[in-house]
Amino acid sequence: MTAEVVGAILIAVLTLYAILAGADFGGGLWDLLAGGDRRGRAPRTLIDETITPVWEANHVWLIFALVVFWSAFPTAFAAVMTAAALPLWLAILGIVLRGAGFAFRKEVEGLHWERLLGAVFALSSLLTPFFMGTVVGAVAAGKVALDAQRTTLATWTSPTSLLIGGLFVAVCGYLAAVFLVGEAIRRDDDRHERYFRRRAALASAAAGALSLAALAELHHSNHQLYHGLTGRALALVLLAGACGLAVLALLALGRSRGLRPLSALGVAAVVWGWGVAQYPTLLPGTGLTLANGSAPHATLIALIVVFAAAVLLVGPSFLLLFWLHGRRLLESEHSSHDPERVGWR
Amino acid sequence: MTALLHASAVLATAREVVPARAQMASTLGFHIILACYGIAFPTIVLVAEYIGLKRSDEVAMTLARRWSQALGVLVAVGAVTGTVLSFEMGLLWPGLMRRYGPVIGLPFSVEGIFFFLEAIFTGIYLYGWRRLRGWAHFWSGIPVAVSGIFGAISVMAANSWMNQPGGFTLRAGRVVAVEPWAVFFNRAAIYEMPHMLLAAYMVAGFGVAAVYAVGFLRGRRDRYHRLGFAIPFVIAAALTPFQIFVGDTAARAIAADQPIKFAAMEYVTHTARGVPEYLGGVYSGGHVYVGVALPDLDSLLVGFSPHTKVIGLDSVAPVDRPPAPTLIHLSFNVMVGLAFLLLLAGLWALLVWRRHRALPAHRWFWWLAAACGPAALVAMECGWIVTEVGRQPWVVYKLLTTAQAATTNRGVIDSLSAVIVLYAVLGIATIAILRLLARHWRAGDEGESAVPYGPPSEHHSPLAGEGA
Repeated sequence: MTAEVVGAILIAVLTLYAILAGADFGGGLWDLLAGGDRRGRAPRTLIDETITPVWEANHVWLIFALVVFWSAFPTAFAAVMTAAALPLWLAILGIVLRGAGFAFRKEVEGLHWERLLGAVFALSSLLTPFFMGTVVGAVAAGKVALDAQRTTLATWTSPTSLLIGGLFVAVCGYLAAVFLVGEAIRRDDDRHERYFRRRAALASAAAGALSLAALAELHHSNHQLYHGLTGRALALVLLAGACGLAVLALLALGRSRGLRPLSALGVAAVVWGWGVAQYPTLLPGTGLTLANGSAPHATLIALIVVFAAAVLLVGPSFLLLFWLHGRRLLESEHSSHDPERVGWR
Repeated sequence: MTALLHASAVLATAREVVPARAQMASTLGFHIILACYGIAFPTIVLVAEYIGLKRSDEVAMTLARRWSQALGVLVAVGAVTGTVLSFEMGLLWPGLMRRYGPVIGLPFSVEGIFFFLEAIFTGIYLYGWRRLRGWAHFWSGIPVAVSGIFGAISVMAANSWMNQPGGFTLRAGRVVAVEPWAVFFNRAAIYEMPHMLLAAYMVAGFGVAAVYAVGFLRGRRDRYHRLGFAIPFVIAAALTPFQIFVGDTAARAIAADQPIKFAAMEYVTHTARGVPEYLGGVYSGGHVYVGVALPDLDSLLVGFSPHTKVIGLDSVAPVDRPPAPTLIHLSFNVMVGLAFLLLLAGLWALLVWRRHRALPAHRWFWWLAAACGPAALVAMECGWIVTEVGRQPWVVYKLLTTAQAATTNRGVIDSLSAVIVLYAVLGIATIAILRLLARHWRAGDEGESAVPYGPPSEHHSPLAGEGA
C-alpha cells in the first residue's frame, strides 16, 4: 500500500510539473512563433512577464520528481536512465540553454544579442518537452528493458515515442496560450486576448489529434496499456477529452471563466489516466511492478513524510507567489505591458 | 545469471568510468561556484538591505538592489546547472542509484523542499523590489537565506553519506532496510556540513568584496565602494577562523574514518609513528620527491603526540588506493595555505579597524583583498578535489566502486566534450553579463530601458550615479 501511495505522489508531482512548467515551456513556443522584432515585441513582453518570477519555482517539480523516482523505484530509474540516455541528455541540453538564454537575454544590450539569446530560449523550449515526451513514449511502449546496457535509437524513436514527443510540445503550447489569455484579460488587453485565444484553440486541436493518434498507436505498441486506458482509466480519458472540448467551446464563445482550471484538469486527467491504466506495472514490457520494484518500506515512509512536509511548507508559499504574481506585484514598472509604449498599434 | 550480468557490466564500464568521472567533476566544479552564491549571497544582500532600512541608508539600499540583480543571474544559471547534476546521478551513475537510490535519495528529497522554498521566495524577493516596500520586502528574502543554508546541509548529508555510509541494511547486495536519521546524520556529516556551509559564505563574501577591492585599487573609494567591500568582507573574514577550526577537525576525523584518503592527503607512504608533514612534493611509486618534510608534525597533528601511529598507503593493495596522490596532496596544501592567506587579510583589517576605526589604507591590503576572491574559490575547489578524488576508487566508501556505478553506455566522451564547450560558453556569458550590469550601474543607467528583466533600481537616486 505504501508503494501505491508513493506511486501516486510521483504522479502528482509529475502532474504539477507538466501543468506549471509545461506552461512555461509553451511560452517559449509562442515566443518562437511571435514573428519579427516589431510584430513579436508585444506578445513576447507579455510572455516574458508571465514567466519571469515563477519559472524557477515551477522547474523544481522536475528535480523533486527525479528524486522521488530514484529513491522509490531505483531499478526502474536506472533502467530508464540507461536505455533512454540520449533523449534525456538532449532534454537537459534544452533545460540549460533555455534557462540561461532566458536569464541572459534580458541583461544583454543590442538587438542582435537579444535576438540570438531569445532564439536560444525559444528553440530550447521545444527541445525539452519533445525529448521528455519521447522518453515517456519509450516507457509507455515498453521499449525500456531492465537489463539495457546501451541507449539505442530504436528505444525512443518508435511512432509512439515521436507522437508523445509531439503531444508534449502541443500540450505545452496549449497550456501557455490558455494561461496567456488570462494574463491578457488581467491587463485589459483585448488584442492579445484574441491573439492567444486563436493559438490556444489551434494548440488544443493539435494536442487532441496527437493524443488520439498516440492512443491508436498504443493499440499496437502496448496493448495492455491501451486496454487500461480504454478500460480502467476510461473515465479519466473521457474527462480529459471533455475538458479539451469544453476549453475549445469556451475559446470559441469568447468566454474566459473556467478556462485555466479546465485546461489544467484536462492535462492532469491524461497524466493520471496513464498512471491508472499502467498500474501496477512500473516499466511496461518488464516484470517490474510497484510490488517488486519499490524501495524498502522505511524509504517509502520517509518519502511520504517529506512530501507531506513539502505540501505544508511549499504549498502556501506557492500560493503566495502566484497570488502576488497574479496581483501584478512581482514586476518592474518599466516592463509593464503598456500598448502605447511598445507601439504596436 | 545476475553474477554474469554484473561481471559484464563491470567490464563494460571500465572504459567509460574515466570520462564519466571527468564529466561529474567538471559539472560539479562549475555548479558549486554558483551554489556558493545561491547559498550565501542572499544573506549578504539582506545585510545590506537591513542596514539600508534600519539607518535609512540610501547607499546600502542601492547596493542591495544591485546585488539582487546580479543574484538573479547567478540563481538562474545555478538552477539549470544543478538540474544537470540531478540527471547525471542517473545518467552517469545508474549503478549507484540502482543499489543505493533509496538511501541517498532521502537527503536529496529533503533538499527538494528547501530548493522549492528558495526558488519561490527568490522570485518574490527579486521581483518584489518595486511593489513590496520596506520591511515586507526584507522579510520575503529571509526564507531564501534560510532555505539556502538548509538545502546545503541536505546536499552535504548525501555527500558525507558517500564517505561514511550507514543507516541501512544490505541483504544479498540489496538495500532491505533504511534508517533515515542515521543516513542524514552520518559520521562525516558533522564536519562536512559546516565545512561546506562556511566555504559557501567565504567564497561569496570574499568574491563580492574582491570586486569592490579592485574598484578601490582603480581609485573608486567613495562610501558606496567602501560599504560594498565591507559588508561581504566582514562576513567572510569573521567566518574564516571557524572554517580553519572545522577543517582541522575534519582532517583528524578523516585520519580515523578514511585513513587511505588521509594518507594520500598527507603523503603517508607507510604506516608508522613519527610521520612527517609534507609541504608540496610529488608522489611516485611510494616515494615523495622535492617536498619539504617537517619531522613528526603529521603525527602531532593527528594525535597531539609525535608517537601517534598514522596509517599509510601501503596498508591497502594498490587498486584500493586513490589515483593521483600528488593531485590530492597538493590540492590539500593549496587549500590550507589559502585559508591562512584569507585569515591574514581578515586580521589585517581587524587590527587597522581597532586602531583607526577605518578600513586599511595601504595599497597592499587592497591587492590582498582583491586576491582573496579567487583564493577562496580555488581553496573551495581544491577541497572538493581532496574529498572526491580522495574517496576513489569508491563511490560509496568501501561498498561500491565508482567503476561499478558508472553507466554502461558508450559515448560519455561525447557528452563530456559537449559539457565542456557548453559550460565554457555559459561561464564566459555569465561573467560578461555581470560585467555588463556593473557597466550600466557605473554609467548610472540601471539598464531599465533596454530589457524587461530583473529588479528595477531607482535611477533617480542621488547616489546611484557613483557606480560599482
